[in-house]
Amino acid sequence: MIVIENVNKTFGTKHVLKDISANLYKGKCNFIIGASGGGKSVLMKCMVGLVTPETGSITFDGRDFLKLNYKEKINVRKDIGMLFQNTALFDSLNVEENVAFPLRMFTDFTEEQILDRVNFCLGRVNLVNLNKLFPSNISGGQKKRVGIARAIALNPKYLFCDEPNSGLDPLTSRVIDELIKDITKEYNITTVINTHDMKSLFVMGENIVFIHQGAKWWEGEKEGIRSSGNKELLAFMEASEF
Amino acid sequence: MRFFQHFGEYLLFLKAVFTKPEKGKIFVKQIFIESNNIGVGSFAIISLISTFIGAVSTIQIGYQLVSGILPDYLIGRIVRDSNILEFAPTVTALVLAGKVGSNIASEIGTMKVTEQVDALEIMGINAANYTSLAKIVSGVITIPMLVLYAMMLSLIGGAISGWASGIISVESFVKGLRTDFMGYNVVFAMTKAYTFSFLITSVSAFQGFRTEGGALEVGESSTKAVVYSCMSIIFFDYIISQLMLFK
Repeated sequence: MIVIENVNKTFGTKHVLKDISANLYKGKCNFIIGASGGGKSVLMKCMVGLVTPETGSITFDGRDFLKLNYKEKINVRKDIGMLFQNTALFDSLNVEENVAFPLRMFTDFTEEQILDRVNFCLGRVNLVNLNKLFPSNISGGQKKRVGIARAIALNPKYLFCDEPNSGLDPLTSRVIDELIKDITKEYNITTVINTHDMKSLFVMGENIVFIHQGAKWWEGEKEGIRSSGNKELLAFMEASEF
Repeated sequence: MRFFQHFGEYLLFLKAVFTKPEKGKIFVKQIFIESNNIGVGSFAIISLISTFIGAVSTIQIGYQLVSGILPDYLIGRIVRDSNILEFAPTVTALVLAGKVGSNIASEIGTMKVTEQVDALEIMGINAANYTSLAKIVSGVITIPMLVLYAMMLSLIGGAISGWASGIISVESFVKGLRTDFMGYNVVFAMTKAYTFSFLITSVSAFQGFRTEGGALEVGESSTKAVVYSCMSIIFFDYIISQLMLFK
């Protein structure tokens, strides 16, 4: 479980995150939704340690990330897997080497064990016979799957997905959604998904955090959205044709 | 003020780069790959440029020593000293600042804008160290080797052009090369080579690492890497010459 408490972040004079608190639950697909420029990406960057908030705390199962020293932070980061919006696969490495990368860096596995694990992860995301291809030679959907395979290679406790469906056709988007949902349940991971794709939210969303103009406006289960009475949230949903 | 801010950022970047690599085995593999890119990949251009610089310097020195009073083997001696002291290390470094420097900056810059650097950080890997240390170490190993190679080729080019243009016989040129040879000049040249190789790779890696934005900014970083590397090479050329030749 990830607990966010009173997180504030400013860039220059712009107050990007305003006193945000939220709970993100283990074994659930936790959605952070909101309009572009609303602060949800910054919040996710704060959670994974790419941006340091001025105040507040972000606690990973009792470990306050912002108060940890460098080595302790690295230990938390080893429990994090992340699927980037643009996949962020290493251009110079092929599919197999991309998935093997965290295993080579952080485990003492033999090459055989690494290859076994890589093939298992690629099989889990339904990618076979693509091991030797480079990211530039595969489709957007396949890149996302490789990104997921790399993210789960070290059996993470926390999976962060930044706009997992951006740039994908609706059918592939649903496949990626199902994959993330299945992996979350199968490995009992705390999954955090940053998106404005409402279809995804209604397919797999469980815990929803709505960020608007840098502040948290609503938090709850998806069933409660329509009865929330929150004008901004309902307007956001209507704009998404739901 | 901005200069001091950038210089401070550069020092902090170097502090992050010069830490123990996460996995020694991967680091060694990276060094071989980068040495191949930087060293072997620059072999052809350095061969061409150094041969022609030696050839041109022989013709120009021959043109200036037309009095008939001075012995012609002096051409070989002057070509030797000017190539060892200045042309081989400095021109090689300036050429590599363009070729290797822009390559390093654009590679790391692209990694930065496509979130590959973020991916490393999130995995708990020191991205500055992972992306840059192998490049810097490989540069410091291979660029001085290229400078030595450039020295040798420039002298061969000088001998060939002197003979082909009828300015000086090969025997006289070689006599000039062997007259009053000072090993210290090679030490001086190699000091410059090591300094320049560090500057080219570290300045370029730094420019790549501070890239933010998109393709346009990657191009800007690449240009800045070349410009700042060349400026620092010229500046340190002066400093090292002053310190080592006039103690």
